[in-house]
Amino acid sequence: MNEITSTRHNHLIDPTMHVWGWEIPLYLFLGGLVAGIMIFTGIRMLRRKEEEASMALALLPWTAPIAISVGMFFLWLDLEHPFNAWRFYLAFKMTSPMSWGAWILLGIYPVSVLLAWITTPEALKAPIRDRLNGISLFRRIEAWSEENVRLLGSLNIGMGAALGIYTGVLLGTMAARPLWNSALLGPLFLVSGLSTGAAFMLLFGLTDRERVFLGKADMGLIAAELAILSLWIIGLATGGSPSQGALYMIFGGPYTAAFWTLVVALGLLAPLFGEWFELKHGAVPGKGTAILVLLGGFALRWILVFAGQATGWVTEIVMR
Amino acid sequence: MSASRYGMVIDTNTCVGCAACVIGCKTENDTPEEYSRDWIYTLLQGEYPNVRMAIESQRCNHCDSAPCVEVCPTGASHYGPGGTVQLNPDKCSGCKACIAACPYGARYIDPGSGAADKCTFCMHRIENGIPTTSCQEICPTQSIYFGDLDDPESEVSRLLATREWYVLKPEAGTKPKHFYLR
Repeated sequence: MNEITSTRHNHLIDPTMHVWGWEIPLYLFLGGLVAGIMIFTGIRMLRRKEEEASMALALLPWTAPIAISVGMFFLWLDLEHPFNAWRFYLAFKMTSPMSWGAWILLGIYPVSVLLAWITTPEALKAPIRDRLNGISLFRRIEAWSEENVRLLGSLNIGMGAALGIYTGVLLGTMAARPLWNSALLGPLFLVSGLSTGAAFMLLFGLTDRERVFLGKADMGLIAAELAILSLWIIGLATGGSPSQGALYMIFGGPYTAAFWTLVVALGLLAPLFGEWFELKHGAVPGKGTAILVLLGGFALRWILVFAGQATGWVTEIVMR
Repeated sequence: MSASRYGMVIDTNTCVGCAACVIGCKTENDTPEEYSRDWIYTLLQGEYPNVRMAIESQRCNHCDSAPCVEVCPTGASHYGPGGTVQLNPDKCSGCKACIAACPYGARYIDPGSGAADKCTFCMHRIENGIPTTSCQEICPTQSIYFGDLDDPESEVSRLLATREWYVLKPEAGTKPKHFYLR
């Protein structure tokens, strides 16, 4: 018989740690989505195909600042002392991914809003510009943006990548939670974010040419995500006992069915096959596969956040 | 009393797991109902009559390399007097990263303030001339020792130099300053 008893029963800590609820996976999902949108719209700036753009593609950059605001609202809801949130901006802590994230989020706004403004069709912008033109700072910023379209595109790609990677690093740097404790979580969340970003854009009225570009990109991204997921699993399986114990969560443990059906089968393999099938038969990538990608991206974060919290360093029952 | 490196030593041979340390801490630090900064861990192994038991009075390990301090985005979690790990609730946003980062489950959210909370090694006593922590003072078997690990003449240093000891989860790389004598 091996038995452990503890007098501790602290709320959210025992019997297993569960401090982060639904708000965090939702925020991580929206953060990844925004990273994807920023990178794809940034790439468009570098490609300079202005004349061919659909109205949807021209307006999609606005979804980045909107979705990140919604995500930050969920993040704020999760705080136990929400009226101290401003404290994030009185410090920069080099070793804290959350501190990096707070400042990255602040940087998302100017670069994404400026890009959205310059891609918005003139007819829609004119009435707003008429009101703002009296402000010289506005005129100067707008003129600068028009002159530095490529730089703005690059800044969106850079900030989007930082956002996508940090959401994974946030979890990956926690040695106390072995399911998360992998450097692959940064690239995994970035690639997944790019994939969900492409899928989100496919939900709107894009041109066939734009759909084919995003569909092809998404196939590559899903393939990359499958590769990174495989490496992550190999890393845990060949790691020490805490890693192996953590892997049980998705190999026989409580999240096994959800992970393999929602994330791997429906969220990755099905849309990969669907997009391949559509492109092979001359069809443009549709919304069905896009919805699957979005659900899969959300399920990945949901499962990782909840399963990871329940993992810890294996308590040794052997006598100390 | 001021030290360069505070540490705690628990003698598991004399500890009977009475939980007086848990009650002493609750009384001294007025922790919220159903929350504890220290707790008793009992490990039982074997089948009667071949049974072994270990009892540990556990709390924050005041790690030299504390993951809670590293992940804190606001500086609320910080290294305090004598290398202890302390918390400034005024700076805490309740993001709970420190709780997720602690391999010992030593922290919780104070339901009143919304800030993280944990054992302070009774710094409000130690730094004001009372040489004992409350758990140490109340321990009826005198199994809890507290002092300066950098002072070779301190009781904790002598115990660690002469007795066999272990720390919890040393593989986690946190360099705990909370020791158990075998």
